[in-house]
Amino acid sequence: MQRFLAIFVKEIRQLRRDRLSLGMLFLVPVLLLALYGYALSFDVKHIPVAVLDEDATRASREFLESLFSNPYFDRVLTLDRRAEADAVLDRGRARLVLVIPRGFAQRLARGETAEVQALVDGADASSAGAAVGYLDALAARATRRVQIETIQRAGIAPSLPLVALVPRIWFNPDQESSHFLIPGLISMLMMLAAVIATSLSIVRERERRTLEQILVSPVRPMELILGKTLPYVLVGVATMGLILLLGRIAFGVTVAGSWWLLSLTTLVFLFSALGMGLMISSITRSQQVAFQLATILTLLPSFLLSGLIFPIRSMPVFHQVFSLFFIPRHFVTALRAIMLKGAGFAEIWPSLAAMLALGLFFNGIALWRTRRSM
Amino acid sequence: MIVARELTCVFGSFTAVDHVSFAVARGEIFGFLGPNGAGKSTTIRMLCGLLRPTSGTARVAGYDTGREPECVRERIGYMSQKFSLYRDLSVRENLAFFGGVYGLTGARLQARREAVVGMAGLAGMIDRITGTLSGALQQRLALGCAILHEPSILFLDEPTSGVDPLSRRTFWDLIQGLAAQGVTVLVTTHFLDEAEFCQRLAFIHAGRLVALGTPADVRRESVQEDLFEVALETLAGAREKLQGLADVLAVSFFGPRLHVFCRSGCYDSHTLGRALAARGLATQHVARVPVRLEDVFIRLVQRQPLNR
Repeated sequence: MQRFLAIFVKEIRQLRRDRLSLGMLFLVPVLLLALYGYALSFDVKHIPVAVLDEDATRASREFLESLFSNPYFDRVLTLDRRAEADAVLDRGRARLVLVIPRGFAQRLARGETAEVQALVDGADASSAGAAVGYLDALAARATRRVQIETIQRAGIAPSLPLVALVPRIWFNPDQESSHFLIPGLISMLMMLAAVIATSLSIVRERERRTLEQILVSPVRPMELILGKTLPYVLVGVATMGLILLLGRIAFGVTVAGSWWLLSLTTLVFLFSALGMGLMISSITRSQQVAFQLATILTLLPSFLLSGLIFPIRSMPVFHQVFSLFFIPRHFVTALRAIMLKGAGFAEIWPSLAAMLALGLFFNGIALWRTRRSM
Repeated sequence: MIVARELTCVFGSFTAVDHVSFAVARGEIFGFLGPNGAGKSTTIRMLCGLLRPTSGTARVAGYDTGREPECVRERIGYMSQKFSLYRDLSVRENLAFFGGVYGLTGARLQARREAVVGMAGLAGMIDRITGTLSGALQQRLALGCAILHEPSILFLDEPTSGVDPLSRRTFWDLIQGLAAQGVTVLVTTHFLDEAEFCQRLAFIHAGRLVALGTPADVRRESVQEDLFEVALETLAGAREKLQGLADVLAVSFFGPRLHVFCRSGCYDSHTLGRALAARGLATQHVARVPVRLEDVFIRLVQRQPLNR
């Protein structure tokens, strides 16, 4: 106990003096959260649209009005000729060109299908897809309205059967994509910070030759590992607190579930993430290599395979299984469950168990390697 | 207190330490001498339990280093060749760390800390960051941390490398003070003047023990030749001119002079002087001198073939 305390106190003292590292461990996740949180969004709003109304009738004007009375589309240009359409898209002055051909109103009045052409800039595939989706929905709405009007003019009170979809978006009623992204971002940033911090810890002692002095002393491997990890647990918990605070203030993301459970999840996460860093530290010979290995093993997997942006269920089976071996994947699942859905222990225990298992594995390797060098 | 038996360490095809055996008694200052790369550091690391020997055994403070390393570690102090304290911590913090690691607390820790600070001459500098201390002070602090827990055996690996001669002398005063209190000290060095401070010596070259005993014994047994110191007008070409001279076994430069090793009893200063003159060397002074440890060192290294 005495020995463990000596190592723990020393680590804290060194950490306190190392203002640069400390600043980075606290500030970088917070700054990155602010940056990515604002920058990343799945919402597609204010799409610039250029309009070519060749019909110029009341019907066409009403249709256009219905399109632009919502925040998804902004009417930025009115075109005179079809030839201008390509140029407008090429130069990026609009992302969508709507062409209402002559005869739109006439065809509607005759009860026929009136086509409206939409030319979409597909370079940004996902927002183009979203735009087309909106257009479809709006066109369907416009169709229904026209149909009702037509029937009314014929003198029949419309009581048409309709399948109306009443969507209730649970857990994220405003469908703010930030609510979806923030837990994922937290997971990625915490993973980076935790793994990098501890990946340097043992290797730094080896590089500076102070490890030898410890190896020759009565310190046991477990005491060394625990003593070097505990300060980073404290830092990790503090960083997590800061990030949650920022999430609340800047993005309005609150924790729907229990704080107890959130704390437990964070501790289990830290156990496994710090363990992974320690494992890296115990198998590398220089701080440079340790840092690179830590970054490679955390950055891309956190981004691609944790469910942060790309849903895991849409991935090929191999990738889905592969993602189970990555800590951030489980942390994201648990975080979203607790923060957005207010889930309880019964719902998130598989994620906790997975993180615990991974943590035991990584810490086990770190312990084994440290024992061997002693 | 220290017993090494056929200690061997092989790295792949390279034999760093080759069946080294020796024993060190309680309270002895035992010197480990040898050129760079001879295997001194490797041997010390095996004795401290930092390295596992390929074969052979070592018993330190009555415990086997291979089977009971924990017991060994509690009883030894170690000072490594490269400075291995925490440069970013203060003196006080370093002492607190090593104290805690060796189980010193409360009053005992304070008493030991004060004793070590006094011994190392660091009074008034306790709160300075270790990295800002001078080299000599850092070495003394390292020694202090090694003896904080009052070990019965001290392993010092080239403790005075990079330290000025005056500080080296002070350092050795400290070591001798410790030995007088009954601490067994095993020191590696390649400063031969420091070898004179040791009660017994071992010469290691190319991983093998080539001499063992008191300085006087080593001198006597290793070099059975006569040694003459020759002052010449010019050293240029002297060695070449002496090539093949009868009964001259070795010639080496010793500062501005020549050390000539001759077969025992073949020459005296006059006859040697004439022989040199006959070879065209203008001698200013020839005298028979007692063999010094440096000479022993050089002869031993010259004689042993370097086969690894």
